Amino acid sequence: MANHASTEPVQAGEIPKPNVGWIWKTFFVLVGITALEFVFVFLMNPGTLRNSIFIILTIFKAFFIVAEFMHLKHEVKALIWTILIPMALLIWLLIALVSEGTYGGQAIQNAFN
Amino acid sequence: MSTISTTQPLTTASSATERPRSGTWDGGNEPFKASYGKLMMWFFLLSDAFTFAAFLTTYGLIRHRNPAFDPNAGVPFKFSTAYWPIPDKVFNAFPGMGHADVPLGFVALMTMILIFSSVTMVLAVEAGHRMDKKDVQKWLLWTILFGATFLGSQAWEWSHFIHGTTEGTLMADGTVFHGANLAQNQYGPVLFADLFFFITGFHGTHVFSGVCLLVYCFIATTNDTFHKRGHYEMVEKVGLYWHFVDLVWVFVFTFFYLV
Repeated sequence: MANHASTEPVQAGEIPKPNVGWIWKTFFVLVGITALEFVFVFLMNPGTLRNSIFIILTIFKAFFIVAEFMHLKHEVKALIWTILIPMALLIWLLIALVSEGTYGGQAIQNAFN
Repeated sequence: MSTISTTQPLTTASSATERPRSGTWDGGNEPFKASYGKLMMWFFLLSDAFTFAAFLTTYGLIRHRNPAFDPNAGVPFKFSTAYWPIPDKVFNAFPGMGHADVPLGFVALMTMILIFSSVTMVLAVEAGHRMDKKDVQKWLLWTILFGATFLGSQAWEWSHFIHGTTEGTLMADGTVFHGANLAQNQYGPVLFADLFFFITGFHGTHVFSGVCLLVYCFIATTNDTFHKRGHYEMVEKVGLYWHFVDLVWVFVFTFFYLV
């Protein structure tokens, strides 16, 4: 919560000034990355390189949304890891499924050829 | 130890049950410094992320098993069930612009609307921290507005996708088919339209649930429910959900429209 939310006890009838600079900063980062993605859509030919760039930019966007908007960066370490470790294992599972699935799919197709 | 005090914990084993429970596993402490509700929202979102990951993996695998259009073959791209369509050729219409070719233009607008709704959502949560009822109401209304606009845009996108183009595509049985349904579509393989309906539909359902939750939050804020409670944590929890919906869109946008 460090500098994001006022932790001072609020007196009745007295509303502190909003602290929104970081919100707009995150917004412009997200808009900037999205604009960059469109630049790549129109300037680059489709291919593995372009797809990799898209995935990396998407992960950047995901980082800003989760860290700032969902406030995860400012939570305690244990909570951060509780969310990130299952996600990391999920990505591992996906890579395993894609590579095994490709093999399995080909094996089935070959069996009928 | 001659007198028995009710405030001092005793060291004898027989009084163990009367001691205040203060150990690590005795409850009453918050290792994550987050409330039960917020923590459960996080875990729900984690499980929801598994669901969307399954959808997008399915999309990736099925797309990979279908041939891709070869731009070097010397033939200009046209819709065909023989290969997977190029997204910017399918999603190139813009409301009110007729047949103008605006590749991904409308999707870009929808993305902006959703990012913007995320911003107004954080502003509502921030106002909640300051117990500023008026600001919470204002930003919640903006978020509801953007969420509803996104849903409307998606309805338009679906309608356009379902009705298709006037040219249509010549199908294998010799008939010309316009638009798309679950069994047939003019854009490419059958599964292309199926995955479009399921993935964007599942995401749209999430947005719809989010808008309902936001409307509830707005009503409760207006009725001073949160103010009397002393905190606007419900707005924060719904905010977590809302950002997650935005996050999913970021991935759907990349894997469905860009790649």
